[in-house]
Formats: sequence, C-alpha cells, structure tokens
Amino acid sequence: MRFGILVFPGTWSDTDCHHQVSDVLGQEAVYIWHRDTALDGIDCVILPGGFSYGDYLRAGAIARFSPVMEALRAYVESGGLAVGICNGFQVLCEAGLLPGVLMRNSHLEYRCQWTNLRTERTDSPFTELCQPGQSLRIPVSHGEGNYFADKDTLDRLESNGQVLFRYCDDSGRITEPANPNGSARNIAGIINDKGNVLGMMPHPERSCEELLGSADGNLIFSSIINNLQRSASRG
Amino acid sequence: MFLAKINVTLKPTVNDPQGTTVLGGLKSLGFNSVKDVRVGKFLEVKVDETDPSKARSVVNDMCEKLLANPVIEQYSVELVEDPG
Repeated sequence: MRFGILVFPGTWSDTDCHHQVSDVLGQEAVYIWHRDTALDGIDCVILPGGFSYGDYLRAGAIARFSPVMEALRAYVESGGLAVGICNGFQVLCEAGLLPGVLMRNSHLEYRCQWTNLRTERTDSPFTELCQPGQSLRIPVSHGEGNYFADKDTLDRLESNGQVLFRYCDDSGRITEPANPNGSARNIAGIINDKGNVLGMMPHPERSCEELLGSADGNLIFSSIINNLQRSASRG
Repeated sequence: MFLAKINVTLKPTVNDPQGTTVLGGLKSLGFNSVKDVRVGKFLEVKVDETDPSKARSVVNDMCEKLLANPVIEQYSVELVEDPG
C-alpha cells in the first residue's frame, strides 16, 4: 500500500512516520510537500506531528490554508483514509475535517510521556486488528493536546461512536490521573462521522519497535493496511 | 486606510488555564483584590480601504476565517482611521 506523508514547514515527525510505514511495516511511503496539489495513487494520508508554521496564531491554524489541504479535502470526501497525529490532529480540527479543538494543556506544561490508550471500537479501519477494549502503550509529546468541544458535540461524538481512543490507567480504567492534558472525557483520538479520518494526539510512530519501549503503534497502521488490502481484494 | 484593533478572547464558557495561572501569580504578589484573569490576544491589522463599513466587513471576515477559532474564541473589533 502507498502512504502519503504530508510535510509542512515545521513538520518534524515525517521521517519517523516514514520509518514505521516503510522500514517496519514494509509498505511504500512518499513525502508530499504542502504546496503539492495532488494526492493521486495514495491509499492513506498521514499528517505527522511537529509545529507547522511555528504554531503561530494557533496550532494548525495556518497549515490548513496550504494548497495540499484542498486536495486532502477532496480525497477525504471521496472516502480516502487519513490519519492526523499530534500537530496533524490540530490541523484537521482547524480545517474542520474533525470537530472540536486542541487547547493548551490544562496544567500549561509540555508533556512528553508514555500513555495508555483504551481502544473504544475495533470496527474502524484504524483499529480492526485490536482487541475490544485493548490498551495500547503509545507516548504523547505536546503542549496543546487538551481536546475541547461543547457538550452537544461531545455527546454527538459519543453517540456516533466517534471516540476511538481514551487515556486510561494501567488497568484500562478511564481516570483523571491517566489524562495527561485535561482532555474532555479523556479523549485521545476521534474519527469523523464517515469514519475515514482519524485524529489522535499520541504518536504511534514513536512506538513502532520494542526497542523504543513499545510496538503498539504498529497495530494502528497494520489495521489500516489490513483494511486497505481487504478493500483491494474486493475490487 | 484603517487600523483595526482586534481582541480575541476565549468564550466565557471555556476554561482558561493561563488566566488561572496568572491569577495565582498576582495573588502571590499580594494583589489580594484580584478576582479573575482571562488571557487573550490583541492584533493590529491595517487595511487599505476607504469605506469604514467595507473595512469592518473585511476585518470581520478575517476574524471568522483565521484570526479566531469560533469553537472556543470570540472577537471584538475597534476600527480607527489611519493616516498610513
């Protein structure tokens, strides 16, 4: 499968994502510069972490006007899979491709630490190889990952099953101490209503080999590959 | 030419941890009468327009599309004539 990794000025996790997809998982990966306007032949788009445009004004606010974002919008509307990680999640929210916003962490600190994520659904393209309720060990690294949306939006996300990952403790319980940034309802990752766009603050590309402390991040990309291969074989 | 003085602030319903931290700092300095602090952004934008209502509508458009995020923020605009 062919992964397209978007690169904005200030993106910094692009090579980590490339390493995971190509070296670890054996797929094809290409970089796509933010001025490009085509996503032809791409099976899954990754918006990696970093500080696009220095996070000026608000995280992700300027990146959403890059030419490639119009191509991304059309790609997503036609059902293409996209994953926004950390800054990529912020960009997707600013672009209106996902609801809500990532605010400054409630304690104002930058947090670089391991987190446990409880998988809330396993019938999505991003988690289909996970076990129901499986806890994934994946690190966060951000100062603005505090997911916020108004109550109606949060309730809608819950009833539509759009919350894919929640911060949990070692036993899989959703607790306040397990929440690294103050996110509403411990939300770590959400999908859009069509289910083909994922935004998550934790970094699966930083947990892609046991040497790094965990390889759980591979489950997300392996799920995507599995899903794409099934779709391809169906023709 | 007009100078737009734009205040972008968090909506009253949105928690402001920066404001809370500044509030704590002020209290520890002995400003005991301080009751609340909200932190926002101030922007000055010069627009080359001759009609004030056109200038205001252009600036409002900027706020809606980029300068404020309507999910969490609100804005106010003060427009003054600028000699350039």
